[in-house]
Amino acid sequence: MSTIVTSSALPAGADDEEITGRSLRQIVWSRLRRDKTAMVCLVILILLYLVAIFAPVITSLLGVDPYSFDGDSISDSGGGPVGPWGGISSEHPLGVEWGTGRDILAQLLYGLRISLLIATTATILTTFIGTTLGIISGYAGGKTDAIIGRTMDLILAFPFLLIILALSGVLTQRLTQLGVPDGNPSRILYLIIVLSFFGWPYLARIVRGQVLSVREREFVEAAVAMGAGRPRILFKEILPNLWAPILVYATLTLPTYVGTEAALSFLGIGVLPPDTSFGGMLGNSVSYFSVVPSYLFIPGTVLVILVVTFNLVGDAVRDALDPRAGRV
Amino acid sequence: MSAYVVRRVISMILLLLLLTFVVFVLFSLLPTDPARLTCGKSCTPEIIEANRHRLGLDLPVIQQYWEYLKGIFVGRTFAKDSPDPVVCSAPCLGYSFKRGEEVFVLIKEGFPATFWLALGAFVLWLAAGISVGVYAALRRGKWQDKTVMGISLAGYSLPSFFLGLMAIFFIVIRLQLLPYPSYVSPFENPTQFLQTMILPWIVLAILYAAFYMRLTRNQMLEVLGEDYIRTARAKGLPERIVIRKHALRAGLTPIVTAAGLDLAGLLGGAIITESIFSLPGIGSLAVNSVNDADLPLIVGITLVTATFIIVANLIVDLLYAVIDPRVRLT
Repeated sequence: MSTIVTSSALPAGADDEEITGRSLRQIVWSRLRRDKTAMVCLVILILLYLVAIFAPVITSLLGVDPYSFDGDSISDSGGGPVGPWGGISSEHPLGVEWGTGRDILAQLLYGLRISLLIATTATILTTFIGTTLGIISGYAGGKTDAIIGRTMDLILAFPFLLIILALSGVLTQRLTQLGVPDGNPSRILYLIIVLSFFGWPYLARIVRGQVLSVREREFVEAAVAMGAGRPRILFKEILPNLWAPILVYATLTLPTYVGTEAALSFLGIGVLPPDTSFGGMLGNSVSYFSVVPSYLFIPGTVLVILVVTFNLVGDAVRDALDPRAGRV
Repeated sequence: MSAYVVRRVISMILLLLLLTFVVFVLFSLLPTDPARLTCGKSCTPEIIEANRHRLGLDLPVIQQYWEYLKGIFVGRTFAKDSPDPVVCSAPCLGYSFKRGEEVFVLIKEGFPATFWLALGAFVLWLAAGISVGVYAALRRGKWQDKTVMGISLAGYSLPSFFLGLMAIFFIVIRLQLLPYPSYVSPFENPTQFLQTMILPWIVLAILYAAFYMRLTRNQMLEVLGEDYIRTARAKGLPERIVIRKHALRAGLTPIVTAAGLDLAGLLGGAIITESIFSLPGIGSLAVNSVNDADLPLIVGITLVTATFIIVANLIVDLLYAVIDPRVRLT
């Protein structure tokens, strides 16, 4: 039965004409290109990144900015936005903030910038640490493996949300003492560090498992026999065989980090005003959303779109890299 | 098997000791001075020093840790030589001077709300996740399967706090179908209890069910491709029995693992859900302890939560062997 399923799952017209060797990248890319949802999501993601990078340019083109107060757009008595839907007007396409009249659209764009900065950097760091320690743990075995393994058990047993909350004040201060600029730079750096610190063991476990099987293969033996040094064996011989699980894990980690960062900012340890992130905007919305629901729905919707597109791309990458893709 | 259990229990205890130690050292090394936190605005350096001595905070960290461990088993008394000593009976997880209460008692008070939240959500998400997951697996590749997978993806992409706030906005504020959440014990006022818990249950269950649908589906598909399923079908067993007795049982193992660990994680407090629905559970207690810089309480909650996770790890591994006879524990 399995043979039938496998053959029908071969991509149509992919291997009919001639059999040529293709690199992993070519295979993945050709499969991804056929996946319409994935391509649409990929385009959306690239756009979102561009918007984040060029947020200052875009906001100045639109004539809005996230920092300047606009007393005319809020009422003198309560500080609430003038006009329906949180004060949506031609000047402020998505309304203004309660009490200050700062533009929501501009805040959203700058928030996207901070969310993406934190999530992307933390993902890169997680991938780097997880891969390195996973490879070392799997290849070295013995005591090294045991130490790294127990460390991972320990980290995974921690209630990380609580620890991150509890340590935020003190460690942010410590970062400032180490020379990181006070305020938001050290808060952002803190989030990146703790997200990576509690995130790497998941990847390291996967990598370790893969290394255990790869290290028994002949080409590794051959490299050892030829007298290759350990760094060469680890990173030139073994690592190239692990790109598939690492890439899949990284693409699925990014949206998780976007969500976790939003949750942490929601609980109040993210960037400080006048800067903001999605979680911070949603956290602020709690006091007002019964009166101005758009405070809740605008950042919430953008956050969901961001996470969904990342997840869809992640799924597609996994399908494209999975040798059994299409069978399941 | 019994040798395996003994070995696992020993390594579990070691991990717990290591964890308590790390947490303890981590928080002892903080520049925040716990002695400073014991008195209010009228503090003088003399009072702080006196308190430091009374609480044993002037001892080396290792010795403090030993006192702490001892306190868990035999209790301890703070400020022994002062006129009003503070007794913390075993199991003593520390004493919150901010709240004037033993940490263990505070956690015990928060536990019911957390327990009911976790239990209700657990039942809902397992029921929904597994049944929908099996359904999708049986219709693999058809539109039903694709719809389920789409819903699942949307479900686990929703941040819990956004989902929770939306639930409050639409159901409580706009439609006024439910009163604003206000927790009571189920034994005191079952109606109000249900009215309060139903939204947090559903919110948590949606997030977890989304993941379990996917897990169950993939697991079922994997198992359905195995030879013994073909054998079962070939010998003419009704499909219902093939699915339920043969496929589901083997496919359940990873689901049990995930479910056990998720439940344990929730029993340590669902920080975000509890804060949004103002449930007085361990999660809310944790947030408050952080906001008040109540160090003994933070350490206590961390330890209890981590213990849940570590113990659940062991239970899950043992359950594995019960459910799946192919698993041999060695």
